[in-house]
Parts: sequence; C-alpha cells; structure tokens
Amino acid sequence: MPKLLSNTIWFAVAVLATLAVATIALHRGEQINALWLVVAAICVYAVGYRFYSKFIAARVLALDATRATPAERLENGRDFVATNKWVVFGHHFAAIAGPGPLVGPVLAAQFGYLPGTLWVLAGAVLGGCVQDFVILLFSVRRDGKSLTEMAREEIGRVGGFVTYTAVISIMVILLGVVALVVVNALKQSPWGTFTIAMTIPIALLMGIYLRHLRPGKVLEASILGFVLVMGAIFGGQWISHVDSIAQWFTLGAPALAILVVVYGFAASALPVWLLLAPRDYLSTFVKLGTIGLLAVGIVALRPTLHMPPLTRFIDGTGPIFAGNIFPFAFITIACGAISGFHALISSGTTPKLIRRETETRMVGYGAMLAESLVAIMATVAACVLQPGIYFAINSPAGVVGATAEKATAMVSSWGFPVDALQMQSLAQAVGEQTLFNRTGGAPAFAVGMAHIFSNSLGGQAVMAIWYHFAIMFEALFILTILDAGTRVGRFMLQDALGHIWKPLGRTSWYPSIVFTSALIAGAWGYFLWQGVRDPLGGINSLWPLFGIGNQLLATVALCVATTIIIKMGKARYMFVTLVPLVWLVLVTFTASWQKMFDANPRIGFLAHASQLAASGGNARLIFNDRLDAVVTGVLLIMVALVLLVSTVEWVRVLSGRKAATVKEAPFVTSRFVEERA
Amino acid sequence: MKKIKQVLTTALAMLREIFDESAYARYLEKNELRSSPEAYAGFLREYELVKARRPRCC
Repeated sequence: MPKLLSNTIWFAVAVLATLAVATIALHRGEQINALWLVVAAICVYAVGYRFYSKFIAARVLALDATRATPAERLENGRDFVATNKWVVFGHHFAAIAGPGPLVGPVLAAQFGYLPGTLWVLAGAVLGGCVQDFVILLFSVRRDGKSLTEMAREEIGRVGGFVTYTAVISIMVILLGVVALVVVNALKQSPWGTFTIAMTIPIALLMGIYLRHLRPGKVLEASILGFVLVMGAIFGGQWISHVDSIAQWFTLGAPALAILVVVYGFAASALPVWLLLAPRDYLSTFVKLGTIGLLAVGIVALRPTLHMPPLTRFIDGTGPIFAGNIFPFAFITIACGAISGFHALISSGTTPKLIRRETETRMVGYGAMLAESLVAIMATVAACVLQPGIYFAINSPAGVVGATAEKATAMVSSWGFPVDALQMQSLAQAVGEQTLFNRTGGAPAFAVGMAHIFSNSLGGQAVMAIWYHFAIMFEALFILTILDAGTRVGRFMLQDALGHIWKPLGRTSWYPSIVFTSALIAGAWGYFLWQGVRDPLGGINSLWPLFGIGNQLLATVALCVATTIIIKMGKARYMFVTLVPLVWLVLVTFTASWQKMFDANPRIGFLAHASQLAASGGNARLIFNDRLDAVVTGVLLIMVALVLLVSTVEWVRVLSGRKAATVKEAPFVTSRFVEERA
Repeated sequence: MKKIKQVLTTALAMLREIFDESAYARYLEKNELRSSPEAYAGFLREYELVKARRPRCC
C-alpha cells in the first residue's frame, strides 16, 4: 500500500478514536449509543497495536525473526510445538479469557460507564497488553521458563519466593471469589442450579465418549456436550415449574457453597480425563461461541446506554462496593485492563508454541486487546440496563434492605427510580423468583446479555432462555476455573511439600492427592464461606481483595520485565514497563492501605471488625475481617519486598556496579530462515 | 474463494489445537499408532500433567 494512503487511513482511524473517546467522555445529560464504546475501543486498539506495540517490538525488544524459538529448538511433539500464529493466538486467548473481564466491569459500572471504559482502554493498551507481550517474549528467550523461574533468575531468590507465594495466595483468593459469584448467581434458582448440576454428568459422559467411543474427537464431543447443555437449559425451565422437583434444586447460599467446595475437591482428585478435561473443552466451546454472539448482538442491536457516564457513587459511597474511583475502579477491573494472572499464561503454555519471535507481538499484545474488547462488551451489557434495575440487582441486603419495598425505596432515593412491580415482572420474564440482592455481577450481566440477545433474536418471549443461557455460560466458565485452579494449586502445593517430605510431592500417590486437594479446596472454601456469611454480600470485601492480589502479581511481573529491559541495555526504554508499574504500585498500595486501615467500616477491614466488636457482633465475622486485613498486609509486604529488591538491582546495573547480563538461551539461527531462503 | 478456504482452514486448525485434537494427532504420529481407545488412554496419560498444570485465567 502506498505510504501516503496508509498514513491517511491511520490518521482517519486516530481521528475516529479521538472523536469516539471524546463522545463517551464529554457527553452529559443525553444517553449515548453503545456503539460509541465499541468504535472507541476498536480504533484505540488499532492505533495501539499498529504504533505502540510496533515501537516496543522494534526498539525495546528488538524481535528477531531469525532466532530459533524453544518451540523449534526443543520440539518434542508434546508441549514444545512450533505452531501457526493464529492457532497460538486462539489458544492464548482461550486461556486468558475467563469470567474476570465480564464480572469486573459489571461491578465497576456503579461509578457509571465512563471510569471503567477509560481504564479498560488505557490500561490495556499501555499496561496489560505490554505486560503480556514482554513476559511472553522474555519467556520465549528463556526456553519457556515460568514467571517464578524468571523472577528467581533475574531478581534473585526473594523474587522467586515472593512470586511463588503470591501466585498460590492469589489463586486461593481468586477461587473463593469466583465461587461466590456462582453461588450468588444460583441461590434460590432451581432453573440455574439444575442446568449447572447437569453439566457434571454431561462432562462425565463426554469423558467416556472421548475415551471409549470416539477417541480424540474432542470437537465432536464438545458439540454433543453443547447440545446436551442446551437441552439442560430447557429442562431447567420445565423443572422450575414442577414444584415437587424444583424444591430439590432451590438451594440457599450455604448449601450451594458446600456443594461447590465438594465439587472442587472431587475435580482435583479425580482423573483428568473424566471430569476436568471434558469440562474444560465444553466451557471453551461455549465461551468462544458466546463472546462472538455477544459481539454480534451488540452490533446488531446497537443498544442505548441507560447508565449515566458518572454516578453519584464516585464519592465512594457505592452500594456494591465502597471506595472512591481511585483506587477502587482500577482494582475492580483487572482482567480487562491488566491482570497479573496473564503473566502466568504468557510464561506457561504459550511460549512453548511460538514459531517465530516476531509472532509474540500478535499473540501477546493482540490477544490481550481481544480480552479487553470482551470487558467493553461486559460494560455495555451492564449499562444497557436501567440504573435502578442495575442497582436493585447488585446491591446487598445489608445495604438496601431485604424486602422489595425497602430495596426499591432505597435505590429510588439515590435518583435511580425503580419499583417492586418492575422488578417482579423482570424476574418473571427471566424465570426467577426474585432479582433483588443478587450480588456478584453475574446475574446483572446475565440480565443485560439476555436483554441484548432477546432484542436481537427471539424477542421478550425467549428472554428467560437467554438469561439462563448467560447464567449457564458464566457458571460453566467459573466452575472450569475452580476445577483447573484447584488442581494447579494442588500441584504447586505438592511441589512445595515434596521438599519437606518426599512422598507428599508425588503427584500419583493418592493420600497426597487427597490431602493436598483438601487443603486447597478447604482454603478457598473458607473464603467462599466467609463471603456467604457476610451480611454485606461478601463481594464487597472479597472482590477488592482479589483485585489487589491480581494487580500485585502484575506488579511482580512488571518488576521482572523492567529488570530484564535494564539488563538488556535498553534502560532508556524502561518506561514502557515502568509507567504501568508505578501506576499499579500507586493503585494497589493505596487500595491495600485503605482496605486495611480506612476508618469507614464499609472500606476498612479493621474498622469493620471494630464496629462489629463494639456492637457485640458475630465473633466469626470479626475474625474474618481481621484475617482479610492480615492477608492484604502479607501480600503488600511481599510485593514491597520484590519492588525493593528489584530497585536495588536496577540501581546496581545502572550505576555500573553490576554487569548488565541477561540469562537468555543462546542464539540459534532458525531453520525457518533457511527454509525461506 | 481461495482466501476464504484459507481462513476456514486456519480457524479449524485453531479449534483443533485449542481442543487438543492436534496434540492427539501428533502423539499418534510420534508413536506410529492408529487411533483407538488404548492409544487415546496412552495419550491422556502422557498429556495429563501438561493439561492439569495448564493455568487458566480468571
């Protein structure tokens, strides 16, 4: 393409991006169309990918297409396999996209659509994509080493230890939080509970089908599983109308919490082929399909956003979670903007599949852009709802009251009118008994998604089906995270315990499997139970804890990346990772401090504990608050330690007191270069 | 037409990789086996650790 034409097109894209962002940022008083968010996102991502990622690839990382990757040098046909870049892109996206980019933006919409949208756009282009890209490349240049190993080699043993501890702690908190989202979505919902319960025998059936009937035909089995799950959704509708059966599936939060923990334990202890693998396939199949469908639905319907750009809750008095925009909007939305967890995947399976170094840009930076677009779609799904409905669904009983009258009166008093009749007819339309106090983000997202889907396909008559499809989709996502996460946590624990007593490290020794599975499931189960018993809905305290943990992991990843960039002799470009690192340090340290010590009992764990103690509250809740404060403090201290050790390393290298050497695998010329020649 | 076919082929390859069908095909090729319940059981045994240790993001 002639340079002039190319420059003109990119100039037009940049102008459109500016116009779209200005429209969503400066519009006041009138509702805007959701397409503005989508256009802003696509244009900003296009400019970010074309210019910023290219700058990083060329100047900072100096990607070299002639250098053989570990997939080529260590190819073993199992985990090291040189793979087509689009295939790796899909593989990487399927691994990084979970429920986080769906739930976080829905919760953060309590501030209005603007803060979340701006953070998702800026955070992804300047932070999350950069982190995923550089960590992927650094892992590729180190034979596919994990973040923990890279931290140990580049920052020292402290870095390695903290990264390991942070990963396992965050995993436990994450699993507890996402399990709470499922419990809140399914409580008192026979339809939802039946559908999700049915996914377990469906997964078992798929496992047997794959192993004995049609070995290896995973796509075929996934399509079959999907058809059965759709059947379970319709079956759930029937069951919810038959009182004698419905009562079996109408469960409260405590009962569901126990069942979810038992499920997590079983999935970790059972053979992979029987439950974990087929469920993972089914979830991925549904996930990819539904995200595509949601994108088509938004473009086809072009819905209007009813949520204002900024709500009154920017002052920190939000009913869903308390705290100001800074730092809490940036903690609540992690995965759609920047997520430390991605660094584990960028240094896990993906680097072992990369065929050429130059492809890390598209896979690392590009896949995160796609994930960020999913977060924008979740924002749209939440903001197409009338704000009164959104707040009535998401506010816990502890804030708005347990009855319909009290809740609607409270939400209406905030300036977001809603009445009990409106909520009742919406609950009927989606086939639920009630939609009040359904905290966690999943039900609100499902209502928004059902609204978009039913308006583009099938009309109001099928809204209940779409709602339960959305609930099934989210719960399936989350249960997959639970079983895979419990298992990965079990392996990490076995690795560590094996140093204390060798048999505990043996992954095939059943007593060790049962013991470590119980330990991990019990740990996240404790956080889940804590969330279920919390009168404020649990999400209020646990989601920020998870957000802090996840962003602290991103802080560790960016410390590792900055250290490597300095050691590569590219200190003048260290700002690409240093700027997001400084931002994350400000956000996470402020949030952690406030969560521990803020005087407002709705924000500070210790203030809440003191309030409960003064009013003779439940001793268990007081203990939980103090435990949360300790967990936050420990995470904070560990990451401060990594930051300190990294800074010392940077100063030593920059002042010339230490040689700037990186621990990369030696250069080997790629055979693809010779083939091309 | 050729371009569309290429896109569809890549999309199918992506799905086959995500769903481990390609991994199974590589396993069969490496061990010179034909697809069977026994071969798939062997593949699952070899692949179990890789699969079970694969992190999934939130």
